[in-house]
Amino acid sequence: MKQSGWGRFPIIEATVSTPWMVQNAKSWLTECDALIARGLGRSYGDSSLFPNILCTKHCDHFLEFDSKSGRLKCESGTSLDAILEIGVPQGWFLPVTPGTKYVSVGGAIAGDVHGKNHHRDGCFSEFCSSFSILAGDGLIYECSRENHSDLFHATCGGIGLTGIILDATLQLKRIKSSQIKKTAYKANNLMEAINLFEENNDVAYSVAWIDCHAKRRNLGRSVVMFGEHDESRPLITNNRQNMTIPFEMPSFLMNRLTVSIFNSFYYRISGWSERQKLVHYEPFFYPLDRLKYWNRLYGKNGFIQYQFVLPKDRGLKGMTRILERISSSGKGSFLAVLKLFGTENDNYLSFPLSGYTLALDFKIEPGLFDLLDQLDAIVLEFGGRIYLCKDSRMSQSTFRAGYSRWEQFAQIREKYMGHMRFHSLQSQRLGL
Amino acid sequence: MMKNVLIIGASSAIAEATARGFAKNGERIFLIARDTEKLSVIAKDLKIRGARKVDCATLDVTDFGRHSIVLDFAFDSLGAPDIVLIAHGSLPKQQDCMNSASATISEFNTNAVSTIALLTDIANRLENQGHGIIVVITSVAGDRGRQSNYVYGAAKGAVSIFIQGLQHRFYRKPISIINIKPGLVDTPMTSGIEKTALWTTPEIIAGYILSSLKKRKLTVYAPSFWRLIMLIIRLTPARFFHKTNL
Repeated sequence: MKQSGWGRFPIIEATVSTPWMVQNAKSWLTECDALIARGLGRSYGDSSLFPNILCTKHCDHFLEFDSKSGRLKCESGTSLDAILEIGVPQGWFLPVTPGTKYVSVGGAIAGDVHGKNHHRDGCFSEFCSSFSILAGDGLIYECSRENHSDLFHATCGGIGLTGIILDATLQLKRIKSSQIKKTAYKANNLMEAINLFEENNDVAYSVAWIDCHAKRRNLGRSVVMFGEHDESRPLITNNRQNMTIPFEMPSFLMNRLTVSIFNSFYYRISGWSERQKLVHYEPFFYPLDRLKYWNRLYGKNGFIQYQFVLPKDRGLKGMTRILERISSSGKGSFLAVLKLFGTENDNYLSFPLSGYTLALDFKIEPGLFDLLDQLDAIVLEFGGRIYLCKDSRMSQSTFRAGYSRWEQFAQIREKYMGHMRFHSLQSQRLGL
Repeated sequence: MMKNVLIIGASSAIAEATARGFAKNGERIFLIARDTEKLSVIAKDLKIRGARKVDCATLDVTDFGRHSIVLDFAFDSLGAPDIVLIAHGSLPKQQDCMNSASATISEFNTNAVSTIALLTDIANRLENQGHGIIVVITSVAGDRGRQSNYVYGAAKGAVSIFIQGLQHRFYRKPISIINIKPGLVDTPMTSGIEKTALWTTPEIIAGYILSSLKKRKLTVYAPSFWRLIMLIIRLTPARFFHKTNL
């Protein structure tokens, strides 16, 4: 059957096996030589693409939950959405959450995903105390920072190349309210946006939506948002009806004109609402989840999501160069997202490092891949790297230059025989 | 008000999805299935999702002699069930059944005889207790015998007619029997079949089951577009239908 990542590029034919429980996990390796695990398929590129795919989406049972301590153990196919459904009414939230809740726990670990609070709280793996993984040697390992710690640090961020995560134990975060106190500011340019981040470094959550069509003195104009958990309101999950894009849209819908109109409009209307207000966590953390299958808006050719990080010291200069390059190319991103990152962790292929990260969507059209190669060069020049979960075209040399610990990762993967059994189109492209 | 829910064939994908809906509402649930290990995983999951109480018993539905004793235990443990969901089934390989009467008999036992036996027993128990809803998962395949799937179709059709009789019997009583007829559903049972646009998920069928309980319907096609499709299929004269490969 046809499979793709969230960007709907590339699309391949694959045999997909979808077991309903992890009980017989060891037998999964007997059916084919090489395969890759896949959760809910929300990585953008080819991280979970391979001719043989093991989809864990139905291995989604909760195994243990201590509602007093917030310690949760679940199968790896469990979605973050399901965790919020049971956790929030009892006063528990995800300590780190990416921009969509339709991600599996296994996927969140394999991507070592981050949220709007990396500068304070780090990555998803920070709150994962252990997991069990089916490795390439056919054995199941219980990994933690104390036990098989090399496999632990290789698997977190290891994009599925060390094995198939079966279940994980997470520490949820106590909340008193499902509301977020949100404060929004307009920044006229990139420098102002970055200053706002720096001034509000102690706020729990921060993110900026950047209009990357703006030029010259408005380069990097953005809406910068900060959030804190409220203390005094009720705990409810949000059961609003969602809208859906029922089929792929024609590609001409997303073009330079419509995207720049949208960006200008969004920037303008962001000034109209109150500066500070209370919002439910749903629109604060998951604004796009309301629009199911929003990726279909990009049409049949799909799109590329490009996310990079630049170290803080030269971040402003590097970001400016990149935004200028994009602006002059005429290729626009619908909404570009800027976040502040804290320190790098011990996971070998984890993406964040102390600095600024920008995520962009690009419709696939002629000239795009050349532009992205040019952006890669700028990213590397400023000491940064590209996010693997969103990548579908980075070269092996760009990967090696950006991830200095890739060799240690490869050694550990080999130790547990991951190189014999777990591959993806991405790993082949990156020379892993 | 907290309800007592008995689920037979609890490890089926549709049953599990429906059970999660019951758990979310905080009901008390009793699960019956063949595989003890699967039952314990599902039970634990349902408790975490909010079920007030979850107990289990193991039963192979074709072991007709054990129906009564297991149902005794379930009714005892759970209390009088408000809702009974019968969800077990298997999808036979039509070709194997065509070649073997004993394969056909075996499939019929699983998909028809066992269900009818359970319904006979459970209907009487509910009549004694004076209230209850039985939900049975049959299939659109039971609406007409088709060359590609008539063993399964006949079994589900037999159950559907049995249900009609029960619905008539209990017309004036506060006991309902609801016939859920799913179309094509992506579950372990259908894992060998290539999926097209008509396929749906167990969660969607579970949604239909849960809302049918509020409305006390007789027959529910899930999703609802199957009602029209099956009407056309049922009404097509044989001389045209036989030309198809359906």
